[in-house]
Amino acid sequence: MTDWNRQKAGLAERLAAGRAHAAGKTVPIAKLAAFLEAVLRPGDRVCLEGDNQKQADILATALADVDPAKIHDLHMVQSGVVLPEHLDVFDKGIARRLDYSYSGPQSARIARMLFGGKIELGAIHTYLELFGRYFIDLTPQVALIAAVCADRDGNLYTGPNTEDTPVVVEATSYKSGLVIAQVAEIVDKVPRVDIPGDLVHFIVEAKKPFYVEPLFTRDPAAMTETQILTAMLAIKGIYAPYGVQRLNHGIGFNTAAIELLLPTYGEALGLKGRICTHFALNPHPTLIPAIEAGWVEQIHCFGSEVGMEDYIAARSDIFFTGPDGSLRSNRAFSQTAGLYACDMFIGSTLQIDLQGHSSTITASRIAGFGGAPNMGSDPRGRRHPSEPWLKAGAEADPDTPASLRRGRKLVVQIGETFGDGNASLFVEKLDALELAAKLKLDLAPVMVYADDVTHIVTEEGIANLLLCRDADDYEQAIRGVAGYTEIGRARDKKMVERLRERKVIQRPEDLGIDPLDADRRLLAARSIKDIVRSSGGLYRPPSRFRNW
Amino acid sequence: MEKLSFQFKTEKPAGGTRPQALVGVVASGNLEVLLERVLPTDACSIDIATAAHGFGTVWQAVVADFVSRRAAGGLRISVNDGGARPDTVALRLAQAVRLIEEPEA
Repeated sequence: MTDWNRQKAGLAERLAAGRAHAAGKTVPIAKLAAFLEAVLRPGDRVCLEGDNQKQADILATALADVDPAKIHDLHMVQSGVVLPEHLDVFDKGIARRLDYSYSGPQSARIARMLFGGKIELGAIHTYLELFGRYFIDLTPQVALIAAVCADRDGNLYTGPNTEDTPVVVEATSYKSGLVIAQVAEIVDKVPRVDIPGDLVHFIVEAKKPFYVEPLFTRDPAAMTETQILTAMLAIKGIYAPYGVQRLNHGIGFNTAAIELLLPTYGEALGLKGRICTHFALNPHPTLIPAIEAGWVEQIHCFGSEVGMEDYIAARSDIFFTGPDGSLRSNRAFSQTAGLYACDMFIGSTLQIDLQGHSSTITASRIAGFGGAPNMGSDPRGRRHPSEPWLKAGAEADPDTPASLRRGRKLVVQIGETFGDGNASLFVEKLDALELAAKLKLDLAPVMVYADDVTHIVTEEGIANLLLCRDADDYEQAIRGVAGYTEIGRARDKKMVERLRERKVIQRPEDLGIDPLDADRRLLAARSIKDIVRSSGGLYRPPSRFRNW
Repeated sequence: MEKLSFQFKTEKPAGGTRPQALVGVVASGNLEVLLERVLPTDACSIDIATAAHGFGTVWQAVVADFVSRRAAGGLRISVNDGGARPDTVALRLAQAVRLIEEPEA
């Protein structure tokens, strides 16, 4: 007779084995490694919660401490590979296979380990894609998650950094998987229930908060005139003509400069209320001056940002907050919002090729992409119209009748022609292709595909790829904004001038922008301290950003 | 330290009357540009001392564009480069020309 409930029986076995090391749902931190050895099985699919911000760090350390003779060949399915322990488990043979999205701080080591065969790579996903697979073919059997506090029934308060936790728990717990949470403390009553206790099987009191990376803080003091110039070009040459109100910004300095130019340059252009009113965005400190000046109506957040907690709580008309007053973030929902409800994504990259493909993967660093490929893509399932979406669609496809024409999401890549170490932003061939050949991947890890990119902005100007009609147009449009890089110097000058006449390329002077006006005095805040002042003292930057 | 030297015939003499102008700083990723109004008005010379080796063709392209776009006649230009990116070089050169055009304070 078929047993239709083997997973529930398996969960019951794991629960029984775990209870031997626990009091009720509570596991003492000293017994954590032995506890994990009792509840894990070789070959398990495990989500060790870590994204680009918060980390289940105590559970990560404990997992890296289990005996590889007992627990091995785990298949890690998690959005972020951020802590050293996330890779230690592969070095020690505890884990073998990896499906992930983002690996910022570990990008160099993960590259070495992939080349060395220490990690068997499934794929590098976008967040929504990995979350989607949690419900189809990458459902975790065990989830190791992080929360601020819990009560004894396992009800969790995840606070401002809720992030991935709801989607991870939903997929794991409702498919008879085991959920283990680390919390800073166990309390009698949680400030709000972010995750119901029914779904949480064990809790560990870490006696300290989980680690959070301040990933979205950009110090205005480090902003260059060239970045300010690219920001002016984007505002006057893209935001204004398309009337972009609903959008997402990447994490680079160029978009941080845009945020700091809204109350100054944007105000002078008369754009307040016409652009940048609704965001899917982490709480960027550099957006504070624009919020304070009344530019922004609403922001939904993927996660939180260190130091922004009190400011957010005091601005509940702008942010989503709970009955306890603090931010509620949710990566899965915000990514969905970024994909379907925003008209523009604008962000930086490390390499762009002559077709317009871009990637942050270089020969020695595999950073993963986080949300960029999702937000930086044109959603074919979109059905609601908006001014920027319709205008972009008309530029790309002038011949189809308007009522049957798809709009286009604006996907803008912004950057300086030369990056760190004088590395060219523009390349003949993406390093991602070489990586794919070396690792025998079916698919090169491309962050944003050429057919999704609509504009490229550099200090030399804006290339509007929507107006390109053939491969030559594309190539020369890209060369035409590639500045003094080899790609830029190899342009066909006559053709570039013709593209300029067609407004495929627009120079600063074509937009009435004098590069000499790109001055740091245009920034609404020129230091972290200015941002603190703008927030009325509510923003509390982490110490690494304080120099006073 | 690599030294590069470029001579140009120019069409537009530099504006204003200031004898010299100095912008920028010698720092990593930055540069110092000194302009001296000492040459015939149809000539411009640019001497570069740079910490970064092997970028001669890029410098050539940057300074040629500069001379064709800005009024640089009569200027002897000295550049002390701390490994600045080409966009920063172009910006500093333009800033220096604007400064020498300004009335003296």
